[in-house]
Amino acid sequence: MALLSVEELSVTFTAKGRKDATAVDGVSFDVDQGQVVGLVGESGCGKSVTSLALMGLLPNKGVKIGGRAVFDGQDLLSMSPRKLRDMRGSKLAMIFQDPLSSLNPVVPIGVQVTEILERHRGLKGEAARKEAAHLLDRVGIPDPSRRLKEYPHQLSGGMRQRALIAMAVACAPRLLIADEPTTALDVTIQAQILELLKELVDQEGTALLMITHDLGVVAGICDQVNVLYAGRAVESAGRRELFAHPTHPYAHGLLGSIPRLDAPRGEPLSPIRGSINDRIAWADGCAFAPRCDRYTMECLTGTPELTEPRAAGHQVRCVNPVLPKSKAEVSA
Amino acid sequence: MSLLELDGVKVHFPVKKGILFDRTVGHVYAVDGVSLKVEAGQTYGLVGESGCGKTTLGRGVLRLVDITDGEVVFDGTDLAKLPEEEMRRYRRRLQMVFQDPLGSLNPRQNIESILSEGMAAHGIGKDQDERREKIKEILAKVGLPTNALSRYPHEFSGGQRQRIGIARALVLEPDVIICDEPVSALDVSVQAQVINLLEELQESLGLTYLVIAHDLAVVRHISDVIGVMYLGSLVEEAPSDALYAGPKHPYTKALMSAVPVPDPEVEDRRERILLQGDLPSPANPPAGCRFHTRCPWAQDKCAVERPVLTDVGDGHKVACHFAAEIEAGELELTRPTGIEAVVSTEAVASQEAEVEDAAPEPASKVPAQAPAPKGEDAEHEAPADEDGAPATDGDAAAAESADADADGDPSESGADADAPEPDASAKKAGRTA
Repeated sequence: MALLSVEELSVTFTAKGRKDATAVDGVSFDVDQGQVVGLVGESGCGKSVTSLALMGLLPNKGVKIGGRAVFDGQDLLSMSPRKLRDMRGSKLAMIFQDPLSSLNPVVPIGVQVTEILERHRGLKGEAARKEAAHLLDRVGIPDPSRRLKEYPHQLSGGMRQRALIAMAVACAPRLLIADEPTTALDVTIQAQILELLKELVDQEGTALLMITHDLGVVAGICDQVNVLYAGRAVESAGRRELFAHPTHPYAHGLLGSIPRLDAPRGEPLSPIRGSINDRIAWADGCAFAPRCDRYTMECLTGTPELTEPRAAGHQVRCVNPVLPKSKAEVSA
Repeated sequence: MSLLELDGVKVHFPVKKGILFDRTVGHVYAVDGVSLKVEAGQTYGLVGESGCGKTTLGRGVLRLVDITDGEVVFDGTDLAKLPEEEMRRYRRRLQMVFQDPLGSLNPRQNIESILSEGMAAHGIGKDQDERREKIKEILAKVGLPTNALSRYPHEFSGGQRQRIGIARALVLEPDVIICDEPVSALDVSVQAQVINLLEELQESLGLTYLVIAHDLAVVRHISDVIGVMYLGSLVEEAPSDALYAGPKHPYTKALMSAVPVPDPEVEDRRERILLQGDLPSPANPPAGCRFHTRCPWAQDKCAVERPVLTDVGDGHKVACHFAAEIEAGELELTRPTGIEAVVSTEAVASQEAEVEDAAPEPASKVPAQAPAPKGEDAEHEAPADEDGAPATDGDAAAAESADADADGDPSESGADADAPEPDASAKKAGRTA
């Protein structure tokens, strides 16, 4: 039984006098104990909204949430706010993209870290302070006792992200949700943070839900990868399988459009045409069809189902998947 | 003769203090002696992390920031010494594409107005009709519809806005385009469209690019020559393929090993060189080699003498005293390059146990049960590891002081070190506006 099992999660934003905007349109995935699962996609694909919905951080008004997200036997989406507050921070923790805006600028780091220890672990005074120093030390912040007294602006970007990670792992959560944890950082610092996350997952058996737009990061850290487009998972597979055989035209195109450091120079990139604005509702067909080179009339007749055209466990939501030549000819 | 030659370019921002009298209390050494040559029709890629001075250098070429010292020779003329009025005329031939396509387009001007403004200023085209014809031609080149003319920036997607930014540069028929992070604000699928567009335009119009970016993969894809910047100066310069095949400077090695590659096979196999700490403050750069505070191979000499960029053959230039020794594997590591130094982990389990069953234990009891130090004693665990390795005291001390810098430590020069950043950014913001 999976630690977190998300079924047909949907999030719709409603506002008076406006058309409803569906950010997440039926996303399903599982996260097992100790597993690193990636949600990948470009801006507007609904990956961040998914994480906010799971953490119960979306506002009550103007948001319709559907589906189920069973974590440890309980549905997070229908849980009472009080119960969810107890879960958040202790069993379920989140690391945000921008460490400066997710830390309180007028409160020293130490107070922000001990706050969690007091709330969830009942530590007080000196014990809490010592544990906080230990946590900072653990995530590789040198001189933690001094750092505890400092304010977020006195720390560098990488250091702030480490502090945020320290807060997230303070109660040894069973699931860690990291929303673009390295996007605001330089590559050398990104490498440090990714190593740290890997280390934490390996040692603690924490499950990690990694939300990112960077396929390079995914290739390095995730066990299972879900590629999102316009609020739905279009492809889901183990990372080796996915990167070796991207089968949905979107995933295929995405990998073709990334300049790679190890690719021979001079080969032009093969971008996906158009932008995320050129899409149709999933209800009418495949949202990617207007940008897809392989689309046929069949793509415009209702939401394509998830199938496994290539290998077991490799799910693809496409009626014209990218398959090896011979097979494609046979099916044609 | 190269089209654009920079010789010893320095851009220092003064750090001012005081209410009535602006005393200069120090400088931010944003760019500190950069020399490079951009050949006509080629692409020079400038990479580096945030704060290394790459953007300031690009702006310095266009004199959007004042150059403190050095020469910027464009087509035989030293731009650094030109009077403002003449410089303005030269700007037609040197254009810039900015990072944030929305922030660099006036939201209240339609596209025709945005694109024709520069043309009118430089006297291109007799009247608006003639300019409009020219603009239509350029819009077609950058892949925008003609009906874009009467629309406003907010009506376009990010990729299209960047195309408008490129069109704005192109209508003036420049020789050189300085692209400052041209694709970093775009999604990957759109990124590739813009990269391809830049390459096509270079081919058809014979443009020369100076591309400034933090993404090594992007820069490698489009550049003929790459310069790697660290803290205000070039540490390595080489033809694109040579740099990728054999980076010689320790910083370049670390940078390349940190770039994630979207291929699990590659990711699993390769060795990472993890750098310790962060970029030191450019207001208080370390003495000697700027990189010695984070360099895994740092030696005594590195803390004292600043290496110069020297040619090691085939146009591959590197600024490192020990590049040859490192390549030959003759130099021992003086700092660990793995995760061990970044995280100190052994203490975790025992610490947890300790905290749970007996709250504030005296620290003296701790070493008996666990090898790793804790609490106040633990403060210096990570740096102690780093400092323990070097052979000599001098080096250790240097590393220590450098460590403090690397953390952006406001201990002695606290106020000085803190002040410049807002100052510099305010300045930048002012210019952009």
